Amino acid sequence: MRAPVTDPGLHEPVRGAFWTGVSATFRLEIAEAFRARWYAVYAFVFFALVGLLLVFGLTESRVLGFTGLSRTLVTYIQLATAILPIFILITTVRSLAGDREAGVFEYVLGLPVGIGAWYAGRFLGRFCLAAAPVVSALFVAVAYGTVRGAAVPWIELGFDIGLLLVLVLAFVGLGFLISTLCRSVDTAQTVAFLVWLALVLALDLVLLGALIRARMSLEGVVAIAMFNPLQVFRTGSMLLFDPQLVLLGPTAYAVFDLFGRTGFMIWSFAYPALLGLAAACAGYLIFRRDDLP
Amino acid sequence: MREERTTMISLRRLGKSFGAARILDGVDLDVPAGQRVALIGSNGAGKTTLFRCLLGEYIHEGSVLIDGRDPRCDRTGVLRLVGFVPQIAPRLEMPVAALMRYVADVSGTGLAEMGAVAERLRLDLDAIRGRSFVRLSGGMKQKLLIVLALGRPTRLLLLDEPAANLDPAARAAFFEILAERARDTTMLVSSHRIDEIAALVNRVVELERGRVVLDDTVADAGALGSRFVVALETAGPEPSFARAALEWGLAEGLANHWTGTIAGPDRLRFLGFVARHAGLVRQIHVDEATDCHERRAHAGTAVP
Repeated sequence: MRAPVTDPGLHEPVRGAFWTGVSATFRLEIAEAFRARWYAVYAFVFFALVGLLLVFGLTESRVLGFTGLSRTLVTYIQLATAILPIFILITTVRSLAGDREAGVFEYVLGLPVGIGAWYAGRFLGRFCLAAAPVVSALFVAVAYGTVRGAAVPWIELGFDIGLLLVLVLAFVGLGFLISTLCRSVDTAQTVAFLVWLALVLALDLVLLGALIRARMSLEGVVAIAMFNPLQVFRTGSMLLFDPQLVLLGPTAYAVFDLFGRTGFMIWSFAYPALLGLAAACAGYLIFRRDDLP
Repeated sequence: MREERTTMISLRRLGKSFGAARILDGVDLDVPAGQRVALIGSNGAGKTTLFRCLLGEYIHEGSVLIDGRDPRCDRTGVLRLVGFVPQIAPRLEMPVAALMRYVADVSGTGLAEMGAVAERLRLDLDAIRGRSFVRLSGGMKQKLLIVLALGRPTRLLLLDEPAANLDPAARAAFFEILAERARDTTMLVSSHRIDEIAALVNRVVELERGRVVLDDTVADAGALGSRFVVALETAGPEPSFARAALEWGLAEGLANHWTGTIAGPDRLRFLGFVARHAGLVRQIHVDEATDCHERRAHAGTAVP
């Protein structure tokens, strides 16, 4: 059989080339991750977490006023706040910066796929990969709880999933931005870790300490907290189960004065989502105007 | 109606620096459609950087046009014309099947053509479909990259040391495929050594410290697509020679006689193999093949 020869249609513009590129890159990202060890570990961690919480948590005992599945959800969210951001940041920057170092960009971006389509496909792929185990594990908890006869807090569960998704979106976006700015894996990992550390340090307990020591204005402290996606996620998820934010103490007054309950719920969804998308878009704009490999 | 273009690659004052290092320094080059160009030069001469500029991957000074279009501005349009084989296989973790599907999807082509090229290169796709690309052997990776570049319709092939890891049979098949596409396809083949690729090309461009220092035509009897009939006799049986000869596709006849055909572009490499066994070889005949020659060679009859 002869090798394929020149196709006269090569010069014709391709309809839907952008979406073809997005979907093909998305599928490739998924296929690659399913073979990777990091993804198996990542998924295992969240399923193991839910498993442990169910074994030890789905009882009549009361923690911070919550019982049954509500208690499991609250604990799961608190743990997710601790491990999800750093997990997503490190795996995202390792994957992207690692691909650049391993010559993957040189080869894949030498194929007829637009930079925008490739970037969007990878971003969507990463988002779905990061979100899937986190949300799936929650559904496992609900299924198990239902079988055991526990009451399912459906509204809280729905909001919880939404909050987790926007948290994932925020950190995948930040991961893409860091990967674009840092060309080596080592630098990207270090920056990712420092970003996570800064956000953890700006959580409410540390902020209260800063407020006391440096006599910062209340507005300044609240502003820092409200622009910290970790704090927004924590407060938002707490608001679902504790409408008066009794657990937050006096800080709750500042939150309610500034936003109101509904306003804060909107903020807790909109801000992380916008942060993630803005970071990803900034990463794209920097990426496309620079050397690609 | 579209205007016919005669220049496939046009470089004007192409320059590229990384920090203080000047990698490409004002390269001017025109490559007419259908020409096959060897791009040679030592390490650091700028060959890979030039390829990356052609693929629209680097910001650079000057202009790069492929078929009249800028690969940086019109990436998908230009890169549909281009098949690229890198020198070093990328560390792609995905399964081979997913990679092939991806290339087919973004190129708007099917998998059947890729399968046909793989068959000719003796790459068993069914056996490696589920394996991760990065886990394949060096030769398999190289074959697969060639399959992905040649298994779709293109007008320009950018080949960076493409045959370095191939066995003789795969090299012969690779040269055959290139010969079939030679009339319609422009080729830019990079190598450190001209003798590796002289027979593939009809023009040589040498880069040195980012500048063109040689631009010459090549007239070579061992042209792309030609074949040579080989008959040789050894002083006695020698297992290492026999293994290598079988790899070259030679068949053993009576009384230590070996016959077969080799690809024209591979004849210098073949003579290198013979030279390594000079003490063993009694006589050798190498003739450009005609149909008659080839039939006799395959029948195991010595060619007079």
